[in-house]
Amino acid sequence: MATTAHPDHHPAHDDAHDLHSHADHKPSFFARWFMSTNHKDIGTLYLIFSIFAAIIGGGISGIMRAELAEPGIQVLGWWAQFLGGGEAVDFDQTLHLWNVLISAHGLIMVFFVVMPAMIGGFANWFVPIMIGAPDMAFPRMNNISFWLTFMGFCSLMISAFMPGGTGTGAGTGWTVYAPLSTTGSPGPAVDFAIFALHLAGAGSIMGAINFITTIFNMRAPGMTLHKMPLFVWSVLVTAFLLLLALPVLAAAITMLLTDRNFGTTFFDPVGGGDPVLYQHLFWFFGHPEVYIMILPGFGIISQIVSTFSRKPVFGYLGMAYAMVAIGVVGFVVWAHHMYTVGLSVNEKMYFTAATMIIAVPTGIKIFSWIATMWGGSLEFKSPMWWALGFIFLFTVGGVTGVVLANGGVDDNLHDSYYVVAHFHYVLSLGAVTAMFAGWYYWFPKMFGRWHSELLSKIQFVIFFIGVNLVFFPMHFLGMQGMARRYPDYTPAFSYWNHLSSVGYVIMAISVGVFFLNIIYAIVAGKKPAPNYWGEGATTLEWTLSSPPPFHQFETLPEIDDHAHAH
Amino acid sequence: MRRAADKIKTAGFGLAMGVAFLPQTVLAAIAPAQPDVIENAPAAVPAAAPIAEAAPAGSYTPMAPTPGKGMPIDGAIGFQDQYSPIGEYGLWMHNAILMPVIVIVSLIVLFLMLWVMVKYRRAANPTPSKTAHNTVVEVIWTLLPVLILLGIAVPSIDLLAKQYETAPEDALTVKVTGYQWYWGYTYPDYGDFEVISNMMDEDEAIANGEPPQLAVDNRLVVPVGEPIRIQTIGADVIHSFAVPSLWFKLDAVPGRLNEKMLIVEEPGVYYGQCMELCGARHGYMPIAVEALPRAQFEQWVLTQPGGTLGDEPSDVTEIPGIQQPESAIPGAAGARNPAPEGAAATAAPTV
Repeated sequence: MATTAHPDHHPAHDDAHDLHSHADHKPSFFARWFMSTNHKDIGTLYLIFSIFAAIIGGGISGIMRAELAEPGIQVLGWWAQFLGGGEAVDFDQTLHLWNVLISAHGLIMVFFVVMPAMIGGFANWFVPIMIGAPDMAFPRMNNISFWLTFMGFCSLMISAFMPGGTGTGAGTGWTVYAPLSTTGSPGPAVDFAIFALHLAGAGSIMGAINFITTIFNMRAPGMTLHKMPLFVWSVLVTAFLLLLALPVLAAAITMLLTDRNFGTTFFDPVGGGDPVLYQHLFWFFGHPEVYIMILPGFGIISQIVSTFSRKPVFGYLGMAYAMVAIGVVGFVVWAHHMYTVGLSVNEKMYFTAATMIIAVPTGIKIFSWIATMWGGSLEFKSPMWWALGFIFLFTVGGVTGVVLANGGVDDNLHDSYYVVAHFHYVLSLGAVTAMFAGWYYWFPKMFGRWHSELLSKIQFVIFFIGVNLVFFPMHFLGMQGMARRYPDYTPAFSYWNHLSSVGYVIMAISVGVFFLNIIYAIVAGKKPAPNYWGEGATTLEWTLSSPPPFHQFETLPEIDDHAHAH
Repeated sequence: MRRAADKIKTAGFGLAMGVAFLPQTVLAAIAPAQPDVIENAPAAVPAAAPIAEAAPAGSYTPMAPTPGKGMPIDGAIGFQDQYSPIGEYGLWMHNAILMPVIVIVSLIVLFLMLWVMVKYRRAANPTPSKTAHNTVVEVIWTLLPVLILLGIAVPSIDLLAKQYETAPEDALTVKVTGYQWYWGYTYPDYGDFEVISNMMDEDEAIANGEPPQLAVDNRLVVPVGEPIRIQTIGADVIHSFAVPSLWFKLDAVPGRLNEKMLIVEEPGVYYGQCMELCGARHGYMPIAVEALPRAQFEQWVLTQPGGTLGDEPSDVTEIPGIQQPESAIPGAAGARNPAPEGAAATAAPTV
């Protein structure tokens, strides 16, 4: 790792032992948590929010897997009545609820679970610390970023109880395609869902500005860009993707709003508009968005692999610029989400070729992680279990991406369960695995109490079995032709669907173990040392106490070149 | 039991929807076709239809599907068998090229991981090496994937080019219209009649030996072994016309006429479903393509109200101009129609 602070020359080191100093003077409860300007507190708020949203988003997938366990409509009717339809729910309203559930699941998991945890949570907590800064560049903007995200979530929840056309809630899919989302969905539900995206998007844009400013301007003396930990690099690239992609989404959904409410026809052919234009705009945001979700995970995994191999990351520059390359190329491949919409042959050939190119920098990352471990001295603490799981699962998700990149093959797989399997392998098994890896890597650092290593390893094993059982059979279903976003299916899809639902139950047990582990930490967790992972952990957060003082680095640390391993 | 009840409800509601929205001519055509076996009675054809003096009225009995052909198989782990030239090419592309590559890559990564986990565990290797760069290795693992991807790209681009081959000018045109939530199949070359295709209810499908939720009341009937020009358009929202065993998927977008060539190699029934989220009953608008030898196909055409063979320019004059220009569009892939098409298609002509 290129960033080693020499503890002896390290003024901030004293903070760790000086808990009664001014640095640790905390405001009252309300001022601290509701008006916070402290990056660590805001990071904690984001993490709590993300876990809360994950319970709802994951619970929704529980309803979905229960419904899909067998052919026919089983549980949806009950849920439609329970969620406010009363006795008078008709069949279309029941089916509409399905579309609301899949839309909400996607939106919640993307905007209110993965992004808040990765960027709002871990990045807020550790980017300032890793670059030796006392806080983020704009602490109050940091606060409003969180509360905008929170209000966005509230708006999405409100939308679920508003009229949305054939039933209650926004049943448009997370992609909100026109004209289903315009003329196809009368009622305020879709407006509230769009407003949710506006709020969350504004919060994320502000967060991105904050991170870029912080990383460019607030690095400690000696912390050059090429010495930054890879996690910081990953957040820097992610912040640029957010800054460039989210305004396009904001524009697209604003046009949806005016199409819906003010009679414009941006996406309506009757007035000279084009529904496919919406898809181009959405995916110009949507494809960078998937890298926004996974890049911070790459950063987390790099830190963990390096720490537990007791080796600096192999090919540091290659790793950093591979992420930059992924970010850049990620902006010019969007139409591979639209292969069947009626693209011309030239468009399809270009997007096929461009999409496959992304496999090259991604391959560099996978191979570099393995090379980091090669020759290392591997210690299998729980974060390393999750990181190793990540590398393999992400590889599996990545190679199916190469299959889907081929426009000619995608003609059969497009919008099938194969796609569902692919993006859950890179997100549910990739990003979420990286989130758990980061959680156990930094949990004692953030909260000052040890989790149970045993429980987190047990959670990993159960989770690994569960999610693979949920998502691997979906490849088979997709190849056999099962369409996405179906609440019901012909009996020939029963076998793998049933197995997949069994996998969900196993996965749910692992979530139970996760909460058990938090309870363990609260009740019986020991106090961790400042650098509890030992000599492999070389970034600046390990020079601080666990938890770090309320304000760290009041005197900036100096990054010592001589400690840099060459 | 609950399921069956729900399905009946759907079918009933679907019929009600149809009654509410279909133009009169189509209604007249559909009403007699409701009994499970579609035995056409020419008497039911509206008197205005110009086929009164046409050759003997055709005959048609829906083909019984072959189990496992053109439909998913429970527990299967690969693609459905393919019955179109593009499907065979695509299947080869996946099974012979992509699948081996991704399996080998995944296994190599897995093997390397297991190797380092065993060989470089702390007990076996207490002192880590300090190697953090190796330019040769890094260049190799950058260039090797590039070569592999080039190897994939060559057949992939060729497959794409073949998928965009257009049907010859005299090929049969079928215009597929996606409605919420059923399909309409218009045959502009044979009298411009439209077949309205709704999902068959579960009990009836099982009684007919067809897969439930894939079976439909009126199929898309096409001649076997010849190029067919499929044009898709959405009447309300975006739908997607997809038949997995024919490697065919094309979105039906309002305001845009998409076009793609289809060749079905064997007679048979091939099932598909709508594959773009289109609202509440997205999951209940299946597709069934029935491929018949040319002679039988023509017999089927004659059973359709308004269906004619031969060169007479049917009732073009009575139909607002939208159908005619379409079939005249040169088979450019992804051909787009002027914007008002969507509106025109929604307001279906009434004779």
